[in-house]
Amino acid sequence: MTDRYVVAIDQGTTSTRCIVFDRRGQLVSLAQQEHKQYFPRPGWVEHDAMEIWRNVERLAPRVLSRAGIGLGQVAAVGIANQRETTVIWDRVTGVPIGRAIIWQDTRTDSLVHTLASSPAAKDVSETSGLPLATYFSGPRLRWMLDHTPGLRERAERGEVLCGTMETWLIWNLTGRAQHVTDVTNASRTMLLDVRSLDWSERALDFFGIPRAMLPAVRPSIGGFGTASEGFPGVRIGAALGDQQAALFGQTCFTPGEAKCTYGTGSFLLLNTGADLIHPENGLLSTVAYQIAGERAVYALEGSIAITGSLVQWFRDQLELISSAPEIETLARTVADNGGCYIVPAFSGLYAPYWRSEARGVIVGLTSYITKGHLARAVLEATAWQTREVVDAMNANSGLALTTLKVDGGMTADNLLMQMIADVLDVPLVRPLAVETVSLGAAYAAGLAVGYWPDLDGLRRNWHIAGQWMPAMDPAVRSAEYANWRRAVERTFDWIQPA
Amino acid sequence: MPGTVQSIERAAAILRTLAGGPGRLGLTEIARTLDLAKGTTHGILRTLQLVGFVEQDRVSGQYQLGGALLHLGTSYLDINELRSRSINWADPLAARSGESVRIGTVLEGRVLVVHHVFRPDDTFQTLDVGTLLPLHATALGKVLLAYRAGGPPPDLEAFTRLTLTDAKALGTALEGVRDAGWAGEVEEFLLGQAAVAAPIRGYGGLVVGAIGISGPVDRVCDSRYRPRPHLVGYVRDAARAISRDLGAAR
Repeated sequence: MTDRYVVAIDQGTTSTRCIVFDRRGQLVSLAQQEHKQYFPRPGWVEHDAMEIWRNVERLAPRVLSRAGIGLGQVAAVGIANQRETTVIWDRVTGVPIGRAIIWQDTRTDSLVHTLASSPAAKDVSETSGLPLATYFSGPRLRWMLDHTPGLRERAERGEVLCGTMETWLIWNLTGRAQHVTDVTNASRTMLLDVRSLDWSERALDFFGIPRAMLPAVRPSIGGFGTASEGFPGVRIGAALGDQQAALFGQTCFTPGEAKCTYGTGSFLLLNTGADLIHPENGLLSTVAYQIAGERAVYALEGSIAITGSLVQWFRDQLELISSAPEIETLARTVADNGGCYIVPAFSGLYAPYWRSEARGVIVGLTSYITKGHLARAVLEATAWQTREVVDAMNANSGLALTTLKVDGGMTADNLLMQMIADVLDVPLVRPLAVETVSLGAAYAAGLAVGYWPDLDGLRRNWHIAGQWMPAMDPAVRSAEYANWRRAVERTFDWIQPA
Repeated sequence: MPGTVQSIERAAAILRTLAGGPGRLGLTEIARTLDLAKGTTHGILRTLQLVGFVEQDRVSGQYQLGGALLHLGTSYLDINELRSRSINWADPLAARSGESVRIGTVLEGRVLVVHHVFRPDDTFQTLDVGTLLPLHATALGKVLLAYRAGGPPPDLEAFTRLTLTDAKALGTALEGVRDAGWAGEVEEFLLGQAAVAAPIRGYGGLVVGAIGISGPVDRVCDSRYRPRPHLVGYVRDAARAISRDLGAAR
């Protein structure tokens, strides 16, 4: 019998990747393609959805040939995608009506400000489990409807469709047969009733979104049809938002298990089981996953907007390093931050603050500061932001985190991992699969088609690949934390209402 | 002031001539430009061709600057970048082999461990990134030595009875590494431990590091005390996959 495999499509913020996994959950081959980032104005970030779909079409045969396998050996395809990124397209031509608006985009700032003053705002937050913020898809859809002539009428007539990236990809993969979203992605729109798991009429009214343009909501793990493009004949077994996919890939199936994925931004998710915990301290409640025919599993999430993208900014905008991993080399040229702190509130601050008017600062500058100190401050920003989220999570859940499972590209940075263990004062554990976003999508898809029998089978694939133990003087830790918090306060109220 | 080496000066002059010329140049032209004997010029060109600094057009027989010269300034690979680019292939190697994985580069005459993946059995292990290992007594080190210009390290310390402490024996072993494309280590550094390593090649094929597995002799080696062929295959596959990602030609 020939070996069979599962393919994950990870449609991320900077690139799209296709990865083939084997039965042990190990990477067999990988193909990756970056796509263009459009920054038409300060605070605006866009992608060309058509470019992203073309990349998937190109990557599909490439990843299979690199693995040396045929389509017949692919048991299922799973999708993990950048969340909250929103696109609207023409139902007939399949052409997007404009560029996709990315999760980092803050153009809806004044719209959100106006909506917040409406008495219904609190209800919508309560129903959706999310604070009213520019981060989510709902305000973005409203903005597009407001700013594209004739679009609202076309939406009401059902001539245009909208969706997050998994919806766009599934629609294209199935030859335009399926207009669907999964519950995890839907739970990031502010339009979903996070308890009933269907679109909320009240939220649709509040944002002014015609229901005709919305996709059908499906469980994350189940059926999304069979692909006719890209991977023709292969079942699409699962779709999840990338962070939920990472939680699944880390096999955090039991309430109390948590992971943090370090990528462009960083996202700490804690499995809270079948119970939806009322979020406090700037955390979000979100759907972790739902297996078809079963109850949804919920998670508490702490989102950090800027972590890896601060390193990218250091590389591309300041040009102090030529590749992202060199930040560690530069940071190791000095022993400490020299009193310098960088708070990367580039698009406001997410958890635990949710302040969209905050903007980034570099504080503590003296003539002593070198680029080495700045590099350290860049890495420390990720460590302290994690600490703030963990503190909020411990307070909200009433549980104290004892170890943190980490994944994502930044786990290759040993200095950063040690810093995080130091400031959290708990061990950090990296699993034997750093691509947990893709792995989670593959696990979910494989589970849907019976490639893997059950959750326990997946759990047996999880092994520790690396561990960092805390080794920081408690007095230094608390002094540095106090400095960090003073630096954060200096970012507040920078953008003034127009 | 110590004397200069005439042939190096002449080689530099030939390279400058090729760099300044309109395109390819013939042997006669080069020799005339530099006022050198044709035999001398040909000898230097042949040497430069061997190290990849000069290429000869097969049809016309004329010479031009070689690809290796263009990449001289860009062949440096940051160790943190090496880890970052290897991590996706080091994990599957640990999963398939069931052993711990290390990636090393040369630092001041020793192997610097730049990445370490635990043996996937969930026992307590400690990250040893940053540790220094001897070049001549480890599989990683022998790979790095084999593809490196210059002789073996002067001090061949004995760690066990099986450590190669004789420069000649080591030289023969390194030749074997180059022929086979991988290195083994059987109780040469630690008693009861064995290892396998293969070269990681960067842009242009230059060896920038080594990746290998290590574990107890009875697991890593067969009954003839030789590393098991399937483990050697896994290590070489991982090394090739990383090399491909780093832009090595082959």
